[in-house]
Amino acid sequence: MNDGALGTAALPAGHSAADDGRAPLAIRALTKHYGDTQVVAGVDIELRRGECFTLLGPNGAGKTTILRCALGLTTASSGEITLAGLPVPERAREARMRVGIVPQLDNLDPDFTCAENLLVYGRYFGFHDVDIAARIPELLAFAGLEGKRNERIQTLSGGMKRRLTLARALVNRPELLVLDEPTTGLDPQARHLIWDRLKRLIRDGTTVLLTTHFMDEAERLSDRLAILDAGRILTEGSPRQLIAAHVEPQVVEVYGDWTGEGVRGGGAEAWAVGHADAFSRRFEISGETAFCYVSDAAPLIAHLETQPGLRYLHRPANLEDVFLRLTGRELRD
Amino acid sequence: MMSSHWRPPRLSLRFVPVWQRHFLVWRKLALPSVLGNLADPMIYLFGLGFGIGMLVPEVAGVPYITFLAAGMVCYSTMNSASFESLYSSFSRMHVQKTWDAILNAPVELDDILLGELVWAASKAFLAGAAILLVVTLVGFTETRYALWVLPLIVLVGLTFAALGLIVTALAPSYDFFMYYFTLFITPMTLLSGVFFPIDQLPAGVRFLTDILPLTHAIQIARPLLLGEIPQAIAIHLLVLIAYGVAGFWVALAHTRRRLLT
Repeated sequence: MNDGALGTAALPAGHSAADDGRAPLAIRALTKHYGDTQVVAGVDIELRRGECFTLLGPNGAGKTTILRCALGLTTASSGEITLAGLPVPERAREARMRVGIVPQLDNLDPDFTCAENLLVYGRYFGFHDVDIAARIPELLAFAGLEGKRNERIQTLSGGMKRRLTLARALVNRPELLVLDEPTTGLDPQARHLIWDRLKRLIRDGTTVLLTTHFMDEAERLSDRLAILDAGRILTEGSPRQLIAAHVEPQVVEVYGDWTGEGVRGGGAEAWAVGHADAFSRRFEISGETAFCYVSDAAPLIAHLETQPGLRYLHRPANLEDVFLRLTGRELRD
Repeated sequence: MMSSHWRPPRLSLRFVPVWQRHFLVWRKLALPSVLGNLADPMIYLFGLGFGIGMLVPEVAGVPYITFLAAGMVCYSTMNSASFESLYSSFSRMHVQKTWDAILNAPVELDDILLGELVWAASKAFLAGAAILLVVTLVGFTETRYALWVLPLIVLVGLTFAALGLIVTALAPSYDFFMYYFTLFITPMTLLSGVFFPIDQLPAGVRFLTDILPLTHAIQIARPLLLGEIPQAIAIHLLVLIAYGVAGFWVALAHTRRRLLT
């Protein structure tokens, strides 16, 4: 199949004319409150053409609300939004002509087949049936659903539904693709397949904005990401920049049943209180595990090898360490 | 922000693909839906028409079943519009999240609601026109003005679809619709002249019947089906239009508040 046709390269001529230099989405000083509850507390985001930008945050951080404001699906309390060069909410409907949206919950039409879902969705954009019909095989191929053209939605697996929802969002050859937690609830195989498709779209020039609370997803796909908590952006940058800026490069997770120095059943916590400081720049205790952040792990590991009962895991620092450092380890129920 | 939900409807032709979507679903499930729509009013028409018709030789100068025919056309239209704008629209809005999907395309909530309104009225038209066809074929009506009932059916469908959409906008669950039927639709059916002439009712009750939209539909439909020109047509039409326009606006404001905040 021809992947290129799904990217911005094949956008209808009318679209590219207005594209010069403007950001696919620019958000300035966005706030949103419901009554006294502040959900978004002053957020600025400017997407660069062709990048993948991720909003990473715990549940309730305001990710979905930011997207809903940006797309004109709810009115911001204050702030300025420009989507595809048009002011939102005033001209949100026109702006959505150039945007593809993959919602958090599947809302495919259960009464329709895969092909009918794409046809009906294309009509909402005002496209003619013949033009949509001509595009359906390409979209189904992209979603890996060639054989499912006339299958009803109920017969599809969760991963297939997600891929069809993604294909549906591409029916208008969007310049910006917005995905709200695209792989939540999928098994690892299905997640990798979605990631693969998203990488293809990014490679072909589509700008992608996604929300997630999966670190691996953010790290794998994003050129830049913003870590969000309680309606604010805590930090913003490439995954590597954020790791370099906020945490030490190496992490040693220490756990197990420490029986050194005559302590019985003390656990890693007892060890950490007495020794972690000496070997780490910083350490945190969470549950049964001590997280030691170090630039050079060798002295710590040499020490741990001599401690009876302790076990450890040595790994490079990742986005999750940044995230937990900035947002804390408390539960967010 | 509160007041902006009451801003005027912003309508566009984007409601057409919404209507088409509902039509495509209906086409797949058409037969049971048509049968269901027709069975209920037919049972009333023939059951009551012949049953009570045997006890009551004439009502308002015509056989009872002839009298009942116009009532059944309006009742069937109202019922079909109400069921569609309540249960089916609620399913699409709240259960299947069909509206959420449509809102992600370049379609506004106003367009979606207009699509729902016109679709419910379309189904109601089918239901009303089918009864009209049956009573005409069986010879219960004067055919002289019978075709004029068709545009009335369109209006009655739109009016009751608009009222139904208000209830849908406010409904927490399907159970809520029972109140609408038992507290509004059913009493109205009994008080607005479907089954018996309302001029027999006491004056206090007459005041109530006169503000019910179904009364005004029947005041137009019954003379037409008896081969007469209805009196005060303009007033009856205005009442139906007013209920429809106001109903749609109120429904839209509440739906905006429900989905867009």
